[in-house]
Amino acid sequence: MMRRWPVVGVLIAAAFALSCVGDAGAQATKQPIRIGFGMALTGGLAANGQGALLAMQIWRDDVNKAGGLLGRPVEFTYYDDQTNGSTVPGIYTKLLDVDKVDLVVSGYGTNLIAPAMPIVMERKLLFMGLFGLGNNEKHKYSRYFQIAPNGPNPAGSFSEGFFELAARQNPKPKTTALVGDDAEFPQHALVGAREHAKRLGIQVVYDKTYPPSTVDYTPIVRAIKATNPDIVFVASYPPGSTGMILAAQEVGLEPKMFGGGMVGLHFTSLLTKLGPKLNGIVDYGFWVPEPTMKSPGVEAFLQKYQPAAVKAGVDPLGFYLPPWAYAMMQVLGQAIEATKGLDQQKLAEYIHAKEFDTVVGKVKFGPDGEWLKHRTVAMQFQNIKGNDVEQFRQPGKQVVLWPDEFKSGNLIYPYSAARK
Amino acid sequence: MQARWLLALAGVLIVGAFVVTRTVDNRYVYFAAYGILQYVLLATAWNILGGYTGYVNFGTGAFFALGAYTSVFLIQAVQAPLVVLIVAGGLVSGLLGFGIGYLTLRLRGVFFSIATLALAVVLETMMVNWEYVGGAKGISIIRPSAGPLFTNYVQLLFVVMAALAMGAVAVAWFIEHSRIGRGFATIRDNEEAAECMGVPTLRLKLLATTVSGCLMGIAGAPFPYYITFVEPVSAFNLSYAVNSLAMPMVGGTTSWVGPIIGAVLLGTLQQLATVTISSELNLLIVGVVLVAFVVLAPEGILGLLRRGTRRTRA
Amino acid sequence: MFSLDLFLNALVAGVLLGGFYAAVSLGISIAFGLLDVVNIGHPIFVILGSYAAFVLNDAYGLDPLLSGVLFAPVFFLIGVVVYQVYYLSFERKGESPLRGLVFFFGLLFIIEVALLLKFGVDYRLIEAPYIGRSIHIGEVGIAFRLLVPCVVGLLMTLAITQFLSRTFYGRAIKGVAQDSLALRLMGIDPVRIKTIAFGLGIATASVAGALLIMISPVEPSIGRAYIGRVFAIAVLGGLGSIGGTLTAALILGIAESLTATFSGPSWSLAVSFGILLLVLAVRPAGLFGR
Repeated sequence: MMRRWPVVGVLIAAAFALSCVGDAGAQATKQPIRIGFGMALTGGLAANGQGALLAMQIWRDDVNKAGGLLGRPVEFTYYDDQTNGSTVPGIYTKLLDVDKVDLVVSGYGTNLIAPAMPIVMERKLLFMGLFGLGNNEKHKYSRYFQIAPNGPNPAGSFSEGFFELAARQNPKPKTTALVGDDAEFPQHALVGAREHAKRLGIQVVYDKTYPPSTVDYTPIVRAIKATNPDIVFVASYPPGSTGMILAAQEVGLEPKMFGGGMVGLHFTSLLTKLGPKLNGIVDYGFWVPEPTMKSPGVEAFLQKYQPAAVKAGVDPLGFYLPPWAYAMMQVLGQAIEATKGLDQQKLAEYIHAKEFDTVVGKVKFGPDGEWLKHRTVAMQFQNIKGNDVEQFRQPGKQVVLWPDEFKSGNLIYPYSAARK
Repeated sequence: MQARWLLALAGVLIVGAFVVTRTVDNRYVYFAAYGILQYVLLATAWNILGGYTGYVNFGTGAFFALGAYTSVFLIQAVQAPLVVLIVAGGLVSGLLGFGIGYLTLRLRGVFFSIATLALAVVLETMMVNWEYVGGAKGISIIRPSAGPLFTNYVQLLFVVMAALAMGAVAVAWFIEHSRIGRGFATIRDNEEAAECMGVPTLRLKLLATTVSGCLMGIAGAPFPYYITFVEPVSAFNLSYAVNSLAMPMVGGTTSWVGPIIGAVLLGTLQQLATVTISSELNLLIVGVVLVAFVVLAPEGILGLLRRGTRRTRA
Repeated sequence: MFSLDLFLNALVAGVLLGGFYAAVSLGISIAFGLLDVVNIGHPIFVILGSYAAFVLNDAYGLDPLLSGVLFAPVFFLIGVVVYQVYYLSFERKGESPLRGLVFFFGLLFIIEVALLLKFGVDYRLIEAPYIGRSIHIGEVGIAFRLLVPCVVGLLMTLAITQFLSRTFYGRAIKGVAQDSLALRLMGIDPVRIKTIAFGLGIATASVAGALLIMISPVEPSIGRAYIGRVFAIAVLGGLGSIGGTLTAALILGIAESLTATFSGPSWSLAVSFGILLLVLAVRPAGLFGR
């Protein structure tokens, strides 16, 4: 019976040994600038988290190739937060107290930024946020900056384009259905959608949510159809987006506008499989390959990102999150170069004061650390044929409709016209 | 005699924890230790029902989250102090434990487990739809000041959790060494026979579900201040159910020491894996350790130790 | 808001969903209901089946159902191996099924990670000509994406009940559930019988996985969402009763569908599990329990 002991011992020893290997790489070069963060590499948000990590690593390599920041190489120390907020306090204190990193940035998503906030606030650190919704609303912390272009009213930014476009149609739609996942992002988006519908005088005839683990969406779609809304706004995560689109077509729900805040219609794995079923859907977007959205460096970035993504097994298009993760690091890098140091206060003051040129265009932050002006666009899928991935790299497939300064085409209205 | 020693030891440990806060400034230590102590508490709580009476609770997450959400509610409503939160969390989850015990009195074995699983789903849906405590969006909680004794709130949380874990272990120890514990064991071994012998199995079962639920609620009560952002996914996380069951299994379910060993070992391993390997592999390690232990060390580490000493004596 | 048309549609959707749930729960019903093996890892085998279907569909455009059937023998073998490990480590030593539970939890994580490493974390979907299409009978619409899983689920249930009551091995499996000593006396090795039964249970996961990816996108960790549902169905139906499992699956499907249509989809799962709690409180052995 004693023979079993060594086996268990070896397992534990192996785990510890692995842990040592992880640490060894960190002390190679002299005086690097070390940036720490937690990132969702497993769990619910891992698909995005891994893409973001890859983009940030590309930034790091770009910077190091150009001689580093302040002449010092840049290094990352990062841990998997497992998309579980409970791991975040441990990760950030480890980064700060044990690894003694110079700067921290956030992981991906509201729920994983929130638990880090009190830690960075207590130490008065600069904190770059990656796609958090209203994380700073309660704290009003002056050294927090968030890179997603949600602007001063984050919840409303995802639905503004959808409802503004609806209100421009003639005759103006009178009723809307609102539906979404019982989860963080969709719930915020629905709050915003309610505001816009009210503001524009569109009556809400259906307003319900469903659990993210829903299997069959047809009963929901039928209930929506029974209320006969002019337009349907959906705020969903990838399974819900897919389920709602398929169910709507099976049930024959054809409102005048359909879509809104559907996460997932930016990822290759869903785009290629849904193919022509996407035609006519209006969705929010941050960046799409339209001529009006070209900004310096984004092509070059995507050219590096896309092959690396294929190799790493993450989203090969990378239009949704990766450019923004890269831009977040660019802002940080530019601020470090300009202030010639790592002083958290000077960095924060500089980021507040300046406008930054990034791969996603010009970035200017407001007092609460959100973008001064929101730049989430509304786009429509048009002329999608077959399931080829290449078409999604071309302009004219994900047409930007709103806001006007980025407009690259016209809304095909009603929805049924785009489905032909 | 032994009881007095253990009590003294517990006292020393709590004082020790406090002394640590005077000397160690590395806050990572507190966060990591908090996580492990929280698992000591949860594993001990689970073991009072699961290990002693043999009723497997799959719904640890539900009891834990109920404690956490009770706190959120009280913080939202009246800014209640931490002590009140802990008492309230314990009471509410204890009540739930009593309720589920009462509802499932006639259920044996795995049926009880499935009922607790169902309970977790129902409760999570309720929290998701309850806007006042954040709903599916989650709610941000601002920590109060730490008070004069501590330099920051995390140290306070650490000492509180150390005391709570110690308290739970004391409860487990007391149960094990009293008539109640022997009653529990008869339920585990043969409920029908115990009933025939005049053991009040119903009342004992209710006691076990209540105490176990109460301790899990207590574990959840400080959670909002620990994480500062409460949302259903992390509060009801499957990892609470898996860990609180796996830890006593790894350590040994028949004694109060087992859950502690298991929680310290698995908790440390997971914490280490999180901050070192940082990839899918750390879930793999948890999986491999679970499988390895139940296959190679069926009675947990305690069982191994016992067998080891028996062998050396022989 | 109530109308006959909506009600009929909800009922039909519920039946369709129920048929699919039956397919997913069959393996549990066999392992847990007949063999007393608490295979909490069953959903991960279903996900494994989904990925098998995905690979063949992505590379060769193979119909998911076909690959589900093709892979069934492979899954049977996996089941045989898993059961051997389980038997040697737990049953032979007379360990409580509780330890087996932890074993299967561990297995669930290991397979999940293996899938993560191989396929990454993206949601995977498949293509098939019938996805997104539906037929209409009067006011009632039926989506092929849900009709196929339902029909297959029903057929699988039927096949397994027939197998259990008509064939030698089937009756032996039922015998194992009731009295393995008697079986031994008859010169049949109960372990062999149990191995076959467990393999059969895992083989159903291959088909169920193909059905799952037909209905919704799949990602390695979504199996966890099914743990509650499949055990709820097995227990609600009553352990050891395959027909009971089907009934319970239909009840849960219809309850979910009606709630989603008429009150709010947000409550649909809570209603299903509420029903389970009630049934357990009133009839502890489930609807058709022994």
